[in-house]
Amino acid sequence: MDTIREIPTTLITDMVKNLFIKASSDLGEDVLSAVRRAAESEHEELARYALDKIIENAQIAKETTLPLCQDTGLAVVFVEIGQDVHVTGGDFNEAVQEGVRRAYTEGFLRKSVCDPITRANTGDNTPAIIHTEIVPGDKIHIIAMPKGGGSENMSSSVMLLPSSGLEGIKNHIVQMVQQAGPNPCPPVIVGVGIGGSIEKSALLAKKALARPVGEPNRFDARLSELEGETLTEINKLGIGPQGYGGTTTALAVHVEMMPCHIASLPVTVNIQCHVARHKEATI
Amino acid sequence: MKNPITIHTPITKEICEALRTGDRVLLNGSIITGRDTAHKRLFNLLAEGKDFPIKIEGETIFYAAPTPPGPGRIIGSIGPTTSYRMDAFAPELMRAGLRGMIGKGKRSDEVKAAIMKYKAVYFGAMGGIAALMSSCITKAEVIAYEDLGPEAIMRLEIKDFPLIVINDTKGGDLYDDAVSRNTRVR
Repeated sequence: MDTIREIPTTLITDMVKNLFIKASSDLGEDVLSAVRRAAESEHEELARYALDKIIENAQIAKETTLPLCQDTGLAVVFVEIGQDVHVTGGDFNEAVQEGVRRAYTEGFLRKSVCDPITRANTGDNTPAIIHTEIVPGDKIHIIAMPKGGGSENMSSSVMLLPSSGLEGIKNHIVQMVQQAGPNPCPPVIVGVGIGGSIEKSALLAKKALARPVGEPNRFDARLSELEGETLTEINKLGIGPQGYGGTTTALAVHVEMMPCHIASLPVTVNIQCHVARHKEATI
Repeated sequence: MKNPITIHTPITKEICEALRTGDRVLLNGSIITGRDTAHKRLFNLLAEGKDFPIKIEGETIFYAAPTPPGPGRIIGSIGPTTSYRMDAFAPELMRAGLRGMIGKGKRSDEVKAAIMKYKAVYFGAMGGIAALMSSCITKAEVIAYEDLGPEAIMRLEIKDFPLIVINDTKGGDLYDDAVSRNTRVR
């Protein structure tokens, strides 16, 4: 029999807290290098100015630990739990929620979660959105992804016709980014989930955003090709950084895919602003 | 790139009429914040013929909700939220005397028409550079709707707040200009 590894809930709470606090002020090198590359290739002055400000803001945030963006997001947490782990000392989900609660209160982050109808703020940014997956092994891997509302609002799940094919999917993604225009704070990262069911396509799209920015899909050459072609099309739209014009409307397109029903072609486009925050760690 | 124009509040009709889409502006003086729920509340008061808890005439509103200030800070990080969610309320507020709006993203045709009719202005502030923009705030206090938490209406004193004119009194639109300029066959 495999041995069981015990992991106390206190460790999980601490890790979640630290990851969200770090994510809010420490922009990843993946985003920064993509922005720097874009700034070098932009021909529009205003576009270069906007990209330079993004880099300057990241430096200030890192030095002062002020959040990169006032929208410190809805707390999305991806957790992979090894099947040989035994969580001790309390409720696993509550341990994650407590980590989020502490990050947003002790870390001076904005509490952006409210009742959908009354709009009354919950006061501590909970509940977080927790996605758990059982995997082999005896570790817990956590990805903390604070997700801003402005870019989330420009996202959607649709059921395309199965006959749409790659070309139809590509056109749909480009059209979504075009319609969003300046609203989601371009340059954006476009997360795409193809296939599965309606909810699975959304989850694939969200998970695609957790990938280091610009890292192509490693498992399917059709998808890495789709990512490249779609990015090229998007950057011909002219929207540019902040919608001020230019060739940097998106920094990357990340696509994930899985099989679907013969009648369906679910596609979710989940847009992420340039403040693409994701931090991960393993216990 | 032209140098930015320095402007002091209150923003007048004359200032609005002189501004053009694409002008970079450094705004100084005093502005208020307000976003989704605050707008709905103000709008409801207008509909009921009741007084606002704040003065709106000649005012400039920033669609924003900052992060809470850490120890020794005036304010946390601050930046614009997407403006279209305030479109349903903005024309009525302009009719009531609102002069300036600061946000990000496209406005509706109704808002653009109201900007021309009432001689107002819509400025874009850059989204996602909120740590940098925080340094332009010299004073901050909640003046209404404290129960809304981050969405409360605040008065901010600002210094050299960097903005760009998106929609002007002549019907100009920076976002439309940007796309047509960049998609023209070269």
